[in-house]
This record gives sequence, structure tokens and C-alpha cells, in this order.
Amino acid sequence: MSTVLAEKITRRYGDRTVLHELDLAIERGEFVALLGKSGCGKTTLLRALAGLDPVDGGTLEVPQRRTVVFQEHRLLPWWKVWRNVAIGLPRATARAKAQSALEEVGLADHADAWPVTLSGGEAQRVALARALVREPELLLLDEPFAALDALTRIKMHGLVRDLTRRHRPAVLLVTHDVDEAILLADRVLTMREGRIAAVHEVSAGARERGSAPFAALRGTLLGELGVTE
Amino acid sequence: MSTTAIAGPVTKAATGATPPKKRAVPYRTISWIVPALLLLAWELLARSGVIAPEVLPAPSSVGTTAWHLTETGELPHHLWESLQRAAIGLAVGAGVGLVLGVLTGFSKLAEAIVDRNIQIVRAIPFLAILPLVMVWFGVGESGRYFLVALGTMFPIYLNTVLGIRQVDPRLLEMGRVAGLSRINLVRAAILPGALPSILLGLRLALTNAWLALVIAETVGAPAGIGFMATNAREFLQTDVIVLVIVLYALIGLTTDLIARGLERRLLAWHPNYAPSGGRK
Ligand SMILES: Nc1ncnc2c1ncn2[C@@H]1O[C@H](COP(=O)(O)OP(=O)(O)OP(=O)(O)O)[C@@H](O)[C@H]1O
Ligand SMILES: [Mg+2]
Repeated sequence: MSTVLAEKITRRYGDRTVLHELDLAIERGEFVALLGKSGCGKTTLLRALAGLDPVDGGTLEVPQRRTVVFQEHRLLPWWKVWRNVAIGLPRATARAKAQSALEEVGLADHADAWPVTLSGGEAQRVALARALVREPELLLLDEPFAALDALTRIKMHGLVRDLTRRHRPAVLLVTHDVDEAILLADRVLTMREGRIAAVHEVSAGARERGSAPFAALRGTLLGELGVTE
Repeated sequence: MSTTAIAGPVTKAATGATPPKKRAVPYRTISWIVPALLLLAWELLARSGVIAPEVLPAPSSVGTTAWHLTETGELPHHLWESLQRAAIGLAVGAGVGLVLGVLTGFSKLAEAIVDRNIQIVRAIPFLAILPLVMVWFGVGESGRYFLVALGTMFPIYLNTVLGIRQVDPRLLEMGRVAGLSRINLVRAAILPGALPSILLGLRLALTNAWLALVIAETVGAPAGIGFMATNAREFLQTDVIVLVIVLYALIGLTTDLIARGLERRLLAWHPNYAPSGGRK
């Protein structure tokens, strides 16, 4: 049974068609990464799945409980960290739930800090906690690590892998980082001309950075994105 | 090229730590000593008779007058009248400005109805309508409230609209993703985001409130510190006049301090207002 089912969805800006009869299915608990050149419509697709933008045609089935982590943390600067995590939750359990979510991302002792006092990586972890605390069936990630330094990014990969394994939401990760896509996803999609152009199942062996299957998949994906090394 | 660019800041950082501190001490001292000396000079000139008391009384005699008027209860009475007037006018003006500002900030329809009218009326210096106010309200209290309210409404309105416009749309989007209702979105994201601007509007409104009060009380008020000054003019009591001027200055300073305190409390999250200056 698919958690996300998109059939022939179309999205236009003026006379420019960004999504062109796109089909997409994501299974329950599946981690899907989406690659594509800049401006090919990845964010547009993600926003449509999030319900932030409408589609102009096609049918779209998404679960009720879905959350987004954006490239920027989007924390309310006038709320302490824990309230940001608990935003929109029923008051009675808010603090406790926020606290345990913050523990999961390793920021339990920052619960009462102001967001401005956080580093970029910490803020992004809070955003992740905010997304997970509502126990989403669909987790949408739009380049959530793009603004982080390389070392922090590696740590975040580990964190996201652990958390998604534990909570098992369906995940759509939009990224520009081919390595990241292979390391995290069960399935890697590439997008071109408003459609899903190719689908690659990631075998367990390919998740080993530096292994032969990893290198092969990496080469294929870069080729599809029009990059030659 | 690149070596000088790197070397420059480094040498500066090594030596730059001390000079500002050395300068800071005399600056503070001088900035307080000079006004004190001027006050002293004024006192001496007035006492020696170089400045006639009808022109400018000595600071000490202004002080004596203040003490005397406080004892008789006259000063507290007039001060209370003025403060009450300002408070009522401000409450009405700020209330109307805030409500209209919030409506305009949220609703295109409200903006279409309200905004241009306000922009047009705002082009008039609000004190210019004083004669009209006197015709409408006579010398009664409501005319004075009206004038203060008018002067405080515009800065609050404008800054509320501006503040709401400047709220980061990405935060609103996040609120929608988190499933906030419209009313909760206003509470969580919009009003706090607009608050720095609204508080700035309040400070500007306070300035206008005192200005309106000075004018309103000089024309036909039965009480208030402006009335005191007008009355004193008839009898050439320059000490009372100077006292009233000093009072206006003190009131202005006090309300500004209160407004700043409010900012520090309500905007503790804001790096520009936080007492520790942002990151811990
Ligand atoms: N609000 C908008 N109005 C008009 N055109 C838009 C709008 N949003 C996006 N577009 C256009 O739609 C296309 C796809 O944009 P989108 O943001 O989905 O790209 P993307 O794949 O996420 O790119 P990137 O990798 O750079 O983030 C772009 O050509 C962009 O110019
Ligand atoms: Mg994008």
C-alpha cells in the first residue's frame, strides 16, 4: 500500500510547465531521495506533496500527518527552543513531548535556549525534532543539510538514518548531494523535464561508501544529471 | 594582495583591544560634566544679576518653586490632570491605530477601505486642525482627548501595518505546515513578529502625545501643567514656566525609559534588544 500516490500531476507557473504529468509512489516506511538539476521542479513537487501549493492537474493522495524540514530551520525566534518543537501540539503534553524529541536529536539541554543562540547544525536538529514530534506518516526534507558544513552534515546523516529507522515515516529527501542520496535512501529518483526520469533501487552493498556498487551507482546518477567527472 | 588582506585585521586585533577603553572613561565623564558646568554657570549668572530673574530664574529658585507648589498640592493636582489626559488620549489613539493596523495588515479589503484615507489625513500635520477641534469640541475635555488620540494613532497604525508586512512569510508557511489555525498563526507568528515595529510606533506616539498635550493645554484648559505655564505667563512667573518646561522634559524621558524597558522585556528573544547582546 502506498503512502503517497501521485498520478499525472501537473503544475504550471504562467505558461511554463514545471511538473508535467508526473507519477510518483512512495511506500509506507520507504526512504526516497530525489535528485535533479537546479530549477527542474524538485521543490515544486515537494511543496505540492506538503499541501503548500496546489496542483493544476492529476490526482494526489497524501497522508494527513505530514511534516516538512526546509533548508532553513524556520524557528520562531521569539519562542524558546522547546516551544518551537511543540508548536501546534495540545498544551497538556507539549512540554514532555518536545523534551523527548529534543533528547532524540541530542539537544535536551537546549530546551530553554533562544533559537538565536543555536549554531546552524543545532537549529537544523531542532527543526528535525519539530518534524518528528508530530509522528508524521510522510516526512518531506528539502535540502535540509545544504547549508551545513561537511562534518556536521555527516553527523546529520547518521541522525536522520537512525531516526527514520525508529519512526518509519515515508520520507522524500530532495538533495543535490548524490552521495547523500545513496547513503540514506532505499530508492533514488532523478527528475527531468517535469517527470521522474529514472528510478534506482539502492542495494545494501551500495551504501558502503567507496565500494564498487556505490561507485557504479554514483557514476550512473551523475551521468543522468549531466555531470561527467 | 591576499597577504596584506590577511595581515591587516590580525595586527589590528592584536593591538585594537585597548584604545577604545582608554577613550571611554573621559567620554562619559565629560558628557556629564559639561551640562553640570552649564547649570552652575547659569546659577551664578542669575544670582549675580547678570540675567534678570524675569528672563531666566536661577535653577535653585526653580527648585524652590517646585517644592513650594508641591507642598500646596497645586503641582501634583495639575500633573495628575495632564497625565490622565495623556493616558486617555493615548489609550484611545493607540487602540484605534492598533485595530486599524491589524485589520489593514491582514485583509486586502480592509486595506482598500482604510489605508488611503489614513495616508491622506496623515499628510496634514495633526496640530494644524487645532482650530477645527476647538470649533467642534469647544473648550471641553473631549477636544483635548481627540487631539492626543489623533497624534498617537498614526504612528501606531503605520508601524503596525509595516510590522505585519515584514513578518517572514517562511515562518507563516512553517506555521501552516504545523497545522496552526488562523488565530493561532496570528498569536504565534504574526503579532510577535510585528512587535518590534509596534513598540517603535508606541515610542513615536508618546512623543506626539506630549506635543499634543502641550498645545491642547495652552488653549483654554482649566487645569494641567500646560495651564500652569499659561497662567504663569500672565503674571510673568518665569520660575513656574521653566519648571513646567523641565517637567515636560522629565515626563518625556520617563515615558521613553518605560517604553525601552517594555522593549527589553518583550523582545528578550531579539538579538538587537537582548541585554546580553544575542548569542550567549
Ligand atoms: N512562485 C513561482 N513563480 C514562478 N515560477 C516559479 C515559482 N516557483 C518556482 N518557479 C519556477 O519553477 C521552476 C522549478 O522551481 P523549483 O524551485 O521547484 O526548482 P528546484 O528543482 O527545487 O531547484 P533547486 O534545486 O535550485 O532548489 C523554476 O524554473 C522556477 O523558476
Ligand atoms: Mg529547491
